[in-house]
Amino acid sequence: MISSLHTRLLLPWVALLPLVADANWTQFRGPDGNGTLAGATLPSSLPADGGVAWKASLPGRGLSCPVTVGDKVFVTCSSGPRQTRLHVLCFRASDGTKLWERTVLATGRTMCHEKTCVAAPSPTTDGERVFALYSSNDLVCFDLDGNLLWFRGLTHDYPNASNSLGMSSSLVVAEGVLLAQVENDTESFAAGIDVRTGVNLWKLDRPKMANWCSPVVIRSAGRPTLFGLQSGKGLLAVEPKTGGTAWNYTEGASTVASSAVRAGVIYAPSHGITALEPGSPGQPPSQLWRSSQLRPGTPSPVVLEDRIYVMNDAGVLTAGELATGKRLWQLRLKGPFSSTPVAGANRLLAVNEKGLVQLVDLAKPEGEVVSEFDLGQTVLGTPSLTEGGVYIRSDAQLWKLRKP
Amino acid sequence: MSQRDHPFHGPFGKPCPALFRSLESLVAGLLVGAALWGTAADIAPLVEPLRAVGPEGRGNAAAGPAWRQLSSQPPSTLPALLASMDGANDISANYLRSAAEVILQKGQAQGAAIPYAELESFLSETRHDRRARRFAYETILAHDPAAAAALLPGMLDDPAMELRRDAVGQLIDKAGKLQSGGSTNEAVALFQKALHHARDVDQIEAITAPLRKLGQSPDLASLFGWVRSWKVIGPFDNTKREGYDKAFPPEREIKLDGVYDGKGGKVHWGDLESRDDYGKVDVNLPLGKLKETIAYCYTEVRSERAQPAEIRLGCKNAWKVWFNGRLLFGRDEYHRNEEIDQYRLPVELQAGRNTLLVKLGQNEQVEEWTVEWEFRLRITDPLGTPLRSLKVGVPAPTTASTARP
Repeated sequence: MISSLHTRLLLPWVALLPLVADANWTQFRGPDGNGTLAGATLPSSLPADGGVAWKASLPGRGLSCPVTVGDKVFVTCSSGPRQTRLHVLCFRASDGTKLWERTVLATGRTMCHEKTCVAAPSPTTDGERVFALYSSNDLVCFDLDGNLLWFRGLTHDYPNASNSLGMSSSLVVAEGVLLAQVENDTESFAAGIDVRTGVNLWKLDRPKMANWCSPVVIRSAGRPTLFGLQSGKGLLAVEPKTGGTAWNYTEGASTVASSAVRAGVIYAPSHGITALEPGSPGQPPSQLWRSSQLRPGTPSPVVLEDRIYVMNDAGVLTAGELATGKRLWQLRLKGPFSSTPVAGANRLLAVNEKGLVQLVDLAKPEGEVVSEFDLGQTVLGTPSLTEGGVYIRSDAQLWKLRKP
Repeated sequence: MSQRDHPFHGPFGKPCPALFRSLESLVAGLLVGAALWGTAADIAPLVEPLRAVGPEGRGNAAAGPAWRQLSSQPPSTLPALLASMDGANDISANYLRSAAEVILQKGQAQGAAIPYAELESFLSETRHDRRARRFAYETILAHDPAAAAALLPGMLDDPAMELRRDAVGQLIDKAGKLQSGGSTNEAVALFQKALHHARDVDQIEAITAPLRKLGQSPDLASLFGWVRSWKVIGPFDNTKREGYDKAFPPEREIKLDGVYDGKGGKVHWGDLESRDDYGKVDVNLPLGKLKETIAYCYTEVRSERAQPAEIRLGCKNAWKVWFNGRLLFGRDEYHRNEEIDQYRLPVELQAGRNTLLVKLGQNEQVEEWTVEWEFRLRITDPLGTPLRSLKVGVPAPTTASTARP
């Protein structure tokens, strides 16, 4: 109660931390892969104009989320009659000025379902480089100033690696290794790639089955950092530098919603949500709890403080107790949703497919939508949250919602 | 002090006091001299590492520093840089094109002279790389849209399909305006001209729809050039999708009077003719709506001469394609998506008889959208023009036999 009251009394959008690596939204669903960023808050309410600080035109569609490093925001797009133009753009976070734009041409298949697009996987950054992957399995690395460091065509290398509906698994990076999880019905693999050169450090065969969810980085004090590779088979944890198996959870998992991680515990979309805590090296993780009442749809779970939030595609938001998985309340938002919400300091911000931004007060006993703002454009990509504001990419524009 | 004033720079643009500590700096050291030459003829040492990149990141370590130096060249080098894309593989082409993109952007930002006349000359030479020519065209387009538009009528037969597409698009727009203005005959003539040059499916459909409204009856099947005459045999067993990798008799021999053990009984070859405007070869029609099954479709193609061609396939079932007994490619993906020309398989037609075998897998899914067991296939030149002179089908009587399919 004190915590909740304290939060509500704080000025909206309080920036608590200096600029450090963790202050950046470095990947899909933030640096911890759980929809939050330490120190980044959301406003108590949205002003009438939504708090739009700036918006910038984009050259094409994208389902990828923006990533940030300091005062730079990076976003990917695809364009052209067959979506063969693959873009990476860099904007100045403070005023929306476009700093650079680079285009590469797809070398892999660009065919996908009309709802998605080739710029579906989210990029990632290690703070020195930005890495962008596309549904065509083209993988490109730039430094923060837009200098091309390396380029790979993963379907060029592995010709049957594609999904005719489109690929969407996002990148993660840890310990100098970039993880590309490329899974489909025909040729599935995961590659640990040297961030400096783009060369494979290791490559694993993966289950031959379509998979659209994203890997996670599992970090916890006192334990080695691991990559978590989710698929319909379960969750495989591997060592970033070698690809060696650390442990393997084999009870199945979603192929759409991705796991969330908090303090080394993985909240996997498996039989609802299953909370897994890694144990000793080589040993399978302990199952802390499993809740069939927490069933994410396309949006992935969000973990904030002592709660976990899941949402189905229609927009029913369910809050659960993080320690036990007990369902606490449900709130119907205006759907449908493809993107994952972001959350901070008792607020959750969700954007539906029509571009309606909905701000939820999580401190209310049953949750409550306290503000709405209509962007008026299709939004399928997950927003990005920083201390300075929220970035939302629509089909046509990149928006920044400022702190009031 | 500008970067050029430094006696030496590391690969990331910083002064490099300790030369050659690493391979990266060694490469950069070799390249920076070339960068300082600055003329179009001198970019070859910078281009070479970019043309040397290969599969699985081979050559990336040297290519990155070279790209950095190359992208610092003046705009006067653009024609030579674009020419260096001739014959480059897809990965190299991206490095080279990206360097050209940055040179252009920097040149424009600095108010430097952009060699538009040279780029237009480059564009006119169809022997150059299609991606490089497209880059030249878009550079001209951004600078002078009217000048670019004036170039398009000369690109209706361009081997660069993106350029041809814009040229056809221009015709479609003009025809549409004529149609809207009531100039029916002129509109029909222009639409038909566009149809003659169009190769992209969406453009063909964008032309045939108004033509029909204008009282015309375009022959879609002929336009696309579908292979519609087939022999079919099946079903063979594909339980647990295991039949996809199993070689059933048609993969060992084509004996059209043969009888084999299939799934649920003896199977033999029969006829299958497609009447579909979009070339659909529906195996459900002769074999029934089956599950966990394999079928084979076979035909022959007679060519007057040896020539390069593409087998263009659309299919949402698992498939393999053999041409003259050689397996071209295959995918065991079921019911994800399908479109015309989904897969393009380059082949060399030999003069006389060529054989074509398609393996088609159906899986265990029971949803309504998994009933389809079909494909559509056409044979075109490498640009997508149907090879209408080909004679397709198995001549009667059906006594054809090959050692391999």
